[in-house]
Amino acid sequence: MEDTICAVSTALGIGGIAIIRVSGPKAIEIVDEVFKGCDLTEVNSHTINYGHISWKGKIIDEVLVTVMRAPKTYTMEDVVEVNIHGGIAVTNKVLEILLTAGCRQAMRGEFTKRAFLNGRIDLTQAEAIEDMINAESENARNLSINQLTGKLSDIISALKRRILELESKIEVNIDYPEYEDIEDMTVSKVGEELKRINLDVQRLIDESSNGKVVKAGLNVAIVGRPNVGKSSILNFLLEEDKAIVTDIAGTTRDVVEGKIVLNGNIINFIDTAGIRETADVVEKIGVDKSIKVLDAADLVILVLNHGEELCKEELELLNRLENRKHIVFVNKDDVEGRMDLPRGIDAIYGNTVSKTGLDSLKNKIVSMFELEEIAKKDLTYISNARQLSLIEQVKTSIDSAIQAIESGMPVDIIEIDLTEARVKLGEILGEVYDEELIDELFARFCLGK
Amino acid sequence: MKYEVIVVGGGHAGIEACYATSKIGHNTILITGNIKNIGDMPCNPSIGGTSKGVIVREVDALGGLMGKIADKSLLQMKMLNGSKGPAVRCLRAQADKETYPKNMQEALLNQKNLSILEGIVEDIVIDDNAKKVKGVVLSSGMMIECDSLILTTGTYLKSEILRGSEKIPEGPHGEKRSDNLSDRLRELGFKIIRLKTGTPPRIDAKTVDYSKMKEELGDDVHYSFSFDSESDYDVSKQEKCYLIYTNEKTHQIIRDNLSKSSMYGGYVSGVGPRYCPSIEDKIVKFADKEKHILFLEPQSMDIESQYYDALYLQGFSTSMPIDVQDEMVHSLEGLEKAKILEYAYAIEYDAIDPLQIKPSLESKHIENLFTAGQINGTSGYEEAAGQGIIAGINASKKLKGIEPLVLKRNESYIGVLIDDLVTKGTIEPYRMLTSRAEYRLILRHDNADLRLRDYGYQAGTIDEDQKRRLDEKRASMSRLNELIRVTKIKKDLLEKHLRNASSCSLYDLIKRPEIDSSILKQIYPELESFDKDVLEEVIIETKYEGYIVKTYKDAEKLLKLENKQIPYDIDYAKVKNLASEARQKLEAVRPVTIAQASRISGVNPADIEILAVYLKKEYGKR
Repeated sequence: MEDTICAVSTALGIGGIAIIRVSGPKAIEIVDEVFKGCDLTEVNSHTINYGHISWKGKIIDEVLVTVMRAPKTYTMEDVVEVNIHGGIAVTNKVLEILLTAGCRQAMRGEFTKRAFLNGRIDLTQAEAIEDMINAESENARNLSINQLTGKLSDIISALKRRILELESKIEVNIDYPEYEDIEDMTVSKVGEELKRINLDVQRLIDESSNGKVVKAGLNVAIVGRPNVGKSSILNFLLEEDKAIVTDIAGTTRDVVEGKIVLNGNIINFIDTAGIRETADVVEKIGVDKSIKVLDAADLVILVLNHGEELCKEELELLNRLENRKHIVFVNKDDVEGRMDLPRGIDAIYGNTVSKTGLDSLKNKIVSMFELEEIAKKDLTYISNARQLSLIEQVKTSIDSAIQAIESGMPVDIIEIDLTEARVKLGEILGEVYDEELIDELFARFCLGK
Repeated sequence: MKYEVIVVGGGHAGIEACYATSKIGHNTILITGNIKNIGDMPCNPSIGGTSKGVIVREVDALGGLMGKIADKSLLQMKMLNGSKGPAVRCLRAQADKETYPKNMQEALLNQKNLSILEGIVEDIVIDDNAKKVKGVVLSSGMMIECDSLILTTGTYLKSEILRGSEKIPEGPHGEKRSDNLSDRLRELGFKIIRLKTGTPPRIDAKTVDYSKMKEELGDDVHYSFSFDSESDYDVSKQEKCYLIYTNEKTHQIIRDNLSKSSMYGGYVSGVGPRYCPSIEDKIVKFADKEKHILFLEPQSMDIESQYYDALYLQGFSTSMPIDVQDEMVHSLEGLEKAKILEYAYAIEYDAIDPLQIKPSLESKHIENLFTAGQINGTSGYEEAAGQGIIAGINASKKLKGIEPLVLKRNESYIGVLIDDLVTKGTIEPYRMLTSRAEYRLILRHDNADLRLRDYGYQAGTIDEDQKRRLDEKRASMSRLNELIRVTKIKKDLLEKHLRNASSCSLYDLIKRPEIDSSILKQIYPELESFDKDVLEEVIIETKYEGYIVKTYKDAEKLLKLENKQIPYDIDYAKVKNLASEARQKLEAVRPVTIAQASRISGVNPADIEILAVYLKKEYGKR
């Protein structure tokens, strides 16, 4: 890592200024070479210096240059940030000059990678930075901050300590078997404590769905026959809440039609293209396709027409939705009811023309996911797939230990499961060396940070 | 005078080292201060115990003497941790302090290719250019040349016996110490550390009132350490140990006199073992405990012996002056009138920082110089023996120009022990613990022969006969494994022994927790035709199969990193961005593989990542 790296740290092309960050042993030297003003190699650390970027005798731009010397910097290396006037042409020119002067273009996530490798942040903190950059809502940002400050690390560390304590008590028994004055960790005692630990692990897993809700938002699919009022509902929700944009490629395989922020949480409306564009709705999409659509969604809103009888496919959909989070919205409640909803189905009745029932719909979404609760809660959740998969493995190990206890396995065997659980917790914290994991993780980071 | 191999010190490490090299065929000389002290047990009268019992088996598997001699010198035998799991079961013997050394001396005196000489080594001769060992000089001035030198000097380097403020420059039992050898080692570039250990008082058995003590008996099953022969004790005639406790009065005496002890009075510079603390340490560090457990153990049943009728008071090691020791002992229930035959003492001695030795136990500074046992910072007879046999085997391999035997952490406790020493170093006498072995489910005492005998055979410490028996055991195991899978047991045969019985294979039956070998033999008497070790082995491997498989998988991950080698000449100054602590540690340890590097404390995963990236860049794919 002896290279000095640089990258544009702000979104390219828009905004009043752009920042190019340079990090590495020659950061100050290289920028100084192209900087006209004071001698950057002489200035105090953590100062902002006025001057110009000049190349081959030509002034390129008027800039402010922040010089930060190691180790109190983002990467713990010498870091220089060049504030230039925004605009693609100027920004690219300055970047090009720096690259020519001896910098190397930073790879995706490389600044954070260096911060991690230089020991400034742990793995969950590094992940949190990625999340922070991508955060689109207030709650998502709070979640990242809590991870960044190590709050999640604290929770994981505490779990790890409890397991370690259990292990060490077992070890003492094993290494000093004749010392009857040491508390004997019988399998039943171990079992009791394990069950308590397991509850806390389970809570982390349960709440991780909140973490996902907070970070990626809820995916909501609206399905129904054409002209049943789907787009009116969508428009109402989007308009009311100042929809961010439409037709953005989402993080999932689905296309997001629009996003709103509800109680500080993102709601993504996912495209149910197959249903929307087909002339004869439900028949054509076929069951397979609808399952796919439904699977991608955290919530399905099925829109029905009060004035028409339920068709076979609608009934089938209702069946499929039984075990999933869903809301049935019956539109056009002003026309004469010809629809015969099966018993036990709780529907919201409303009208997209007179805009009745739509607020109930919104409230229902909020209450269904306890969005208000999430907003108020201390936002410390397991929130990414890597962490979640690890914590689930922790659960598996503890379950296996509990099962082993029940089937009469001796305490030393049970400890194998405990150790495994502890190692996995350590992996969440990045305490275990795993080359592939680290490479993959940092490859996901956006350029510049 | 010239020998291929010189071994200095006739303790448990030196014995195994010289026995191994001479057995392999190298002309070997053992130089020791007192021939009568070969195999002496200066501390507790026991061999084995948790994790140490596995090491005894491993030494035996590699062709060593400790297990066989212990089997001939038993006072009592016990299987520890019987109910806590197959991996932590261990044999512990009370061994006769008179007969054990005698049997050992007899074995060595009859050993081919081995000479024994009484003397104190005070100097090492080095070929200065090649930094190769050439020989030793005795205190008498006599020089003996060698190709390979193994130092197993135990606690005899500049040792001092301490009781209160009293300091005597000698080894255990008033033996001569080596005054100059550690200085010479320092001169040769070794970093010398000072360690401390201690031993409790010996009590006259005739003055003990046993009526209030709890008897500790041996197991009523016959056990042996060795894979080759049966131990010769009578199960019904084992000696007893006794359990007693300290009390408030004892604690008060110790607290009142704390400043008089060598340790707390500031007379000791060495660091003592946490795992085997003195009684004053226990009282100070666990102030809230009302009592501490102690054992009275017999030392010898040889009526002629100095150890006969002298009981070892385990758990009561101290460095108090003798008058305080009298008071302390008399405060114990049943010992009110006891006579102390030998007072407890602490001993301080020089050792080398084990970071200076390679995983082969050869010194990093000087070629063909090997060290084993307490000189490397360990404590315990078994730890010493384990290193001794490896030093012997590797001295031989070095002379033959072949790769050393480096046992991995997933192969043996000895491997764990040596890896810990050369990777983490030590600042206190290192004691083996089961918790140090992360793959212990596959490092059981019952499979030590299966794990290690082939290595012994390759090295020449295991003979054809032993190898043949090993192969037979393996063949028998695979027959039994086959048998249990194809043999179905009918329901009615099982009903007597099991609730909810249904017909199943022997294999499935073994997996049930309530089934052990005796029930199994009742259900299927044909199993009697198999050797009991074979049956035990197959039962364990079947019962815990899932966990054993898991452990092997974990071990494979380790092996992947073990295969990533670090060149010995790597310049850590060139590896940019290592944390400075990590750089210093890596520099000091010079790990051989990435796996070893990752075990160094103070070297973080981030440092390993940096190192791995550097290696890839500098040395290509490894």
